[in-house]
Amino acid sequence: MAQSDLNRRTVLRRAAAAGVLAGPAAGLLSSCALGDDTSGDTSGKFEGTKSDKNPLGVKEDAPLDVVIFNGGFGEDYAKAHEAMYKETYPKAEVKHSAVVEINKELQPRFVDGTPPDFVNNSGAGQIDLGGLVAQGALADLTPLLDAPSLDVAGKKVRDTLLPGTVDSGSFDGKTYVLNYAYTVYGIWYSDKLFKAKGWEYAKTWDEHIALCKKIKAAGIAPWTYQGKHPRYMSWPVISTAIKFGGPQVAMAIDNLEPNAWTSDAMKAAAEAWYQIVKDKYILEGSPGLDHKQSQTEWCKGNAAFISCGSWLESEQKAVTPEGFNMAVAPTPSLGSGDKLPFAAIRGTAGEPFVVPAKAKNERGGMELMRHMLSMKGAKDFTGKVSSLSVVAGAADGVTLPFGLTSAVKALADSGSNGFNWVYNVYYRKLERELVDAACGEFFSGRTTPAEFLAACQKGADLIAADTSFKKYKRSA
Amino acid sequence: MRHGKYPLLAAFLLPPLALYGYFVVSPYAQSFLIAMTNWQGLSPAYEFVGFDNFKRIMGDEYVWNALLNNLWLLVLLPLLTIALGLFLATMLNVGGRGGRSTVTGVRGSALYKVIYFAPQMLSVSIVGVLWAEVYNPRSGLLNSALRAVGLDGLAKVWLGDPAYAFWAVLAVMVWANVGFYVVLFGAAMQSVPRDIYEAAALDGASRLTTLVRITVPLLWDTIQVAWVYLAILALDGFALIHVMTRGGPNFSTDVVGLRLYTEAFGDYKWGYASAIGVVMFFVTLSVTVLSLRLTRRERIEHS
Repeated sequence: MAQSDLNRRTVLRRAAAAGVLAGPAAGLLSSCALGDDTSGDTSGKFEGTKSDKNPLGVKEDAPLDVVIFNGGFGEDYAKAHEAMYKETYPKAEVKHSAVVEINKELQPRFVDGTPPDFVNNSGAGQIDLGGLVAQGALADLTPLLDAPSLDVAGKKVRDTLLPGTVDSGSFDGKTYVLNYAYTVYGIWYSDKLFKAKGWEYAKTWDEHIALCKKIKAAGIAPWTYQGKHPRYMSWPVISTAIKFGGPQVAMAIDNLEPNAWTSDAMKAAAEAWYQIVKDKYILEGSPGLDHKQSQTEWCKGNAAFISCGSWLESEQKAVTPEGFNMAVAPTPSLGSGDKLPFAAIRGTAGEPFVVPAKAKNERGGMELMRHMLSMKGAKDFTGKVSSLSVVAGAADGVTLPFGLTSAVKALADSGSNGFNWVYNVYYRKLERELVDAACGEFFSGRTTPAEFLAACQKGADLIAADTSFKKYKRSA
Repeated sequence: MRHGKYPLLAAFLLPPLALYGYFVVSPYAQSFLIAMTNWQGLSPAYEFVGFDNFKRIMGDEYVWNALLNNLWLLVLLPLLTIALGLFLATMLNVGGRGGRSTVTGVRGSALYKVIYFAPQMLSVSIVGVLWAEVYNPRSGLLNSALRAVGLDGLAKVWLGDPAYAFWAVLAVMVWANVGFYVVLFGAAMQSVPRDIYEAAALDGASRLTTLVRITVPLLWDTIQVAWVYLAILALDGFALIHVMTRGGPNFSTDVVGLRLYTEAFGDYKWGYASAIGVVMFFVTLSVTVLSLRLTRRERIEHS
């Protein structure tokens, strides 16, 4: 009797203990951090009737939830675009918020199925675009692209954009991302310094090295780079390779083809760039500087060249001396055998804007994009933040600062020879961590060109073999 | 009476336990479950993948590299911090050799206490930003000072050179933490009867002998606690490194916490990141238990 009593008690106790443990555990996955599959289904979206004035069928009084990255461009330009939207839809309430860390703010909302209607997904806290697309979190922007432009008569939005804009936001052929700012990547120098010293920007690599020698003799370091973010130096190396070997060099890298990083063109480019390391043409201490510190050294005239995108001018505004006149130029050609002419430069649409797939006011989000992409909206943006937009011709007639003017000119000279790559968009980790580290070692002089390319290739192979990364392919 | 005690106890104990359970234990438990999924953190969709994430960790050289750095920190940070903390606390509390026989600290010890403790009042991110500037190879305080006294050869690229970056970060960690332990050890020393020190002084014991033979044995409990705290800190190190180097150059200052953060917030592999977190949980747990076991000694009663 006593025995069975004990048994029953033991059983009960164990059952109770198991219940305490299992109860919450069972509920956890469905209710907590992982979110709930049933929330945020597609019904319940705001929809209005389509008309000529309202081609996307926006519900006129539906609230619009806008989240802007508060970074280099600030938030004033976005407020101006929202004011335009308000003018069109006076009854709509626009909720504007500007945040610095997009991921921390929005990740829970994406999981929860209650994302905003419009997101400027940018900055250090940018949510990985490849990941967003792979998880079906973004709305297909085709309706926007096929809608008529707000103020360019007779043209679809798609046809008002600079070439490459739509492609830069496309994954496996579908467009999910509107990259709004047009960025030119090249080598920057002070036009004032070069004029004062009688130097001229070199068009071929041999001339470039000769010029570096002259610059060093004048007591200035020819080069510096964003030491703690050495991937900035991968841009001129890859650009040099693409100009030498043609656009398929970039395509192979983007598509993670075997030995894409160790192609002959990449070898030639890395060998060439190794010269500035070997000959000590890089400002001493550069590897230990961050991007602001190195760019400031450059603005102070301690180094002649730096690799950057066209945001450089506004980023450096506070520390650039009067009349510094920064200008951008393409990477020098390796030789007469180059497939692309010297003028070819890397230009791409950047600064991503997205409409989440589960946005309540998805149509409103796209409509705000249509307002941004109007000639008026784009001109306003360029005027306010000193950056080019992706709307063709929107910079005409706007007074631009020196650096941006040189970027516009470089783009025009480059014309249809312009190129770009997107592996950094597909696989953030490859550029930001693996190629980055390899560049750091290479430009600090600790690895040879062959070792550098092998390290990059090892990174690419790692991504290619990793099934947890969704793979994207491009054919143009 | 005996029966009346339990409802009262429960009334006091249950609410905090419930809060602890909900806000601390439950997220921990959830991360164990998330570690078994391939959840990517941007949608509610996920699949159970069993132990795949843990198998991946075994073959992930970047995690291993980070873990190795953590282990170096685990050895060096407590050792350096406690040694320096004990030395400074001794000097501040019993190191003085005044004219009279009373046991005091060195002259100006009140001021030193404030100086040593000051970093403790700065947030980790401020410490990180501050030292990133100090280590600036061109205009930073450190290299400028070295050059000013003619030691140009010692001026390095610090955070930009894999050979020095780790040590530079370790130095900052010690600097930021030693103040707290100076105060902690100082307080413990106050409870050591003065006459023991006086007797030692009368016997002509040197400062070092006093430290090794008297202070350390009598402070053993406190040192043990300090060791565990610093060990846990060494296994983390995320905040400071995130601000100062982001694990670079070439992963030379990478730590597991940063790996976890990058996998989660950079590449949106929350299942994998949680698995790294789970591994870290067990590593930290074992290290804590182990260090408490290994440092267990007989307690010395002094009164």
